[in-house]
Amino acid sequence: MSMPETETAVRQLTLGDAIREALAEEMRRDPRVLILGEDIAEAGTVFKVLTGLVDEFGPDRVLDTPISEPGFTGIAVGAAMTGLRPVVDIMFGDFIGLTMDQMVNQAAKIHYMSGGKWKVPMVMRTTMGATRRSAAQHSQSLHAWFCHVPGLKVVLPSTPHDAKGLMKSAIRDENPVAFFEDKMMYKLKGPVPEDDYTIPLGAADVKREGEDITIVATSSMVQVALGAAARLADGGISAEVVDPRTLWPLDETTILESVRKTSRAIVMDEGYGRYGVMAEIASVIAEQAFFDLEAPVKRIGAMHVPIPFSPPLEDATVPTEQTVCEAAEAMCG
Amino acid sequence: MTQAAPTRHDAALDRWLRMYRRMLMIRRFEEEANDLYTRALMPGLAHLYIGEEAVAVGVCEALETNDYITSTHRGHGHCLAKGAELDRMFAELLGKRAGYCKGKGGSMHIADPDTGNLGANAIVGGSAGIATGAAFSARRLGTGQVAVCFFGDGALGQGLVYEVMNMAALWKLPVVYVCENNLYNEYTHNSETLAGDIMTRGPAFGVPGERVDGQDARAVYAAARAQVARARAGEGPSFLLCDTYRFMGHHVGDVSRDYYRSKAEENEWKTHRDPIRLLGEALIAEQAADPADLDAIDAEVSASVGQAVEFAKNAPYPSVDEVDDDVYA
Repeated sequence: MSMPETETAVRQLTLGDAIREALAEEMRRDPRVLILGEDIAEAGTVFKVLTGLVDEFGPDRVLDTPISEPGFTGIAVGAAMTGLRPVVDIMFGDFIGLTMDQMVNQAAKIHYMSGGKWKVPMVMRTTMGATRRSAAQHSQSLHAWFCHVPGLKVVLPSTPHDAKGLMKSAIRDENPVAFFEDKMMYKLKGPVPEDDYTIPLGAADVKREGEDITIVATSSMVQVALGAAARLADGGISAEVVDPRTLWPLDETTILESVRKTSRAIVMDEGYGRYGVMAEIASVIAEQAFFDLEAPVKRIGAMHVPIPFSPPLEDATVPTEQTVCEAAEAMCG
Repeated sequence: MTQAAPTRHDAALDRWLRMYRRMLMIRRFEEEANDLYTRALMPGLAHLYIGEEAVAVGVCEALETNDYITSTHRGHGHCLAKGAELDRMFAELLGKRAGYCKGKGGSMHIADPDTGNLGANAIVGGSAGIATGAAFSARRLGTGQVAVCFFGDGALGQGLVYEVMNMAALWKLPVVYVCENNLYNEYTHNSETLAGDIMTRGPAFGVPGERVDGQDARAVYAAARAQVARARAGEGPSFLLCDTYRFMGHHVGDVSRDYYRSKAEENEWKTHRDPIRLLGEALIAEQAADPADLDAIDAEVSASVGQAVEFAKNAPYPSVDEVDDDVYA
């Protein structure tokens, strides 16, 4: 467990505030860091995550852009190559499709294509997560797209504590990093140390220890998994919750150690269940820990449908504690 | 740089001879690339710059070494004009370890920080953001550098180009957008792909533009010098339209071109609009050089190209162990 030892004494921050604090600390530390995006300065983003940053750092470092995601992402790529450390803010994760050429064909490949000569130290912050009643173009969790591309790193924090430490590592990284924030967790509170700490990219965290089954979960699904684990404990099933925290690089060692111990694994993520993060992690487990398994690996993800608007329909697409409990009980039965 | 002794010595003449030499170097380089490719010694694709040399050389003559460029799939000329070495260029074309990108980029991705080359780019218009971002850095860091974005008329179909021109104008970024109008988007004449007047595109964003004969190296240089000076002075971006022509096919394998353009048209450009011949004839007519001077330059350049090709042919391939090096910094 990487939670601070003095947890009770540590102040509580929301996930949104933890991200703002990480950005502010990095901008104070390094004058090369700046943020570009739509409605980020005076508006502080639609989710108010960046509120106040423009007052401290000015409009030259917290830049409101036109609604031109490919354009300002491309500018960030060039700026990153030439001495700055830009953070681009993509208002909704659904809009990353607009940036794909700049991220996939430019940012991800420039270091390799140039034989290691140019570097692209930039961060793309964006959102994921459904159940905000925002319908099919403002609700998706599309982080698996970037996981598929060599040259990118992909970060999904699940707690305010992790969000701060991971954001600081993402900004200090020499590579393009995509940072996905579940918009439904911005108000989630948790302990966040005031000091300057980082969490390395590529280090999973065991969020709850257990003996009978491993639940590998990402982002807000970690919170769902922890809720499910508490319920399962009442029924005598001891579930371990492992949060990879970064999907690339992926800490296979921690995942496999847990699965070898428990001999059962559920993999859950809010991306689409097919061809997604779950499939990759399930494959890692199947390839390397097959003979330690008592049951087939179970994937739990979003339904393979566009996210619907109508609340009962939307709720049906997202994994819940109940989904996890039923799967775990079946596997441990 | 050794040069043939000019007939008459002055700074301008040195510049014209340097540009003549550089254009000829690109021409001989591309002829050799064509030869390597058709003899199956060069893998992949080769998009030759023959016929367009005055654009790269005229623009880069207006730049400092630490100014930035971004280039295109037809990028050999830009890289050489910005100062790339022949031997490492050929080595990259052949996928050799000694190449500019250790063999990992190839013809379409040559990049070189030492000469400000942010990279050739195989996505049409794909480097417009990078060039504009380099200008963003230059302005933010106060370095005085200028970025040039080379692209073809085909890139005028890409929204990215207009998005970044808008931001460059808003933020007064030191960037020059150089459009090489060679009339063809691969195999399609741009009368089928471009609505309106190309020269109205820049002014729509408050970006001033100039149209220049892209076969006249000295005219390209004069126009680029003014726009680069404007950028360096903090007055913002500009747009330079260079009318030029691709003497060869879209790529080396594009041999039968009758279905999209006529031999008569090609011959007209090759005979009367060759930028190297035009500059050479002008220098002779102005009694600034005599044919022997120009022949000496050709002999010297051809010898350098020949040596560079031999270097590349004999250079080793990268070790297979290197295949996953440099994926991450």
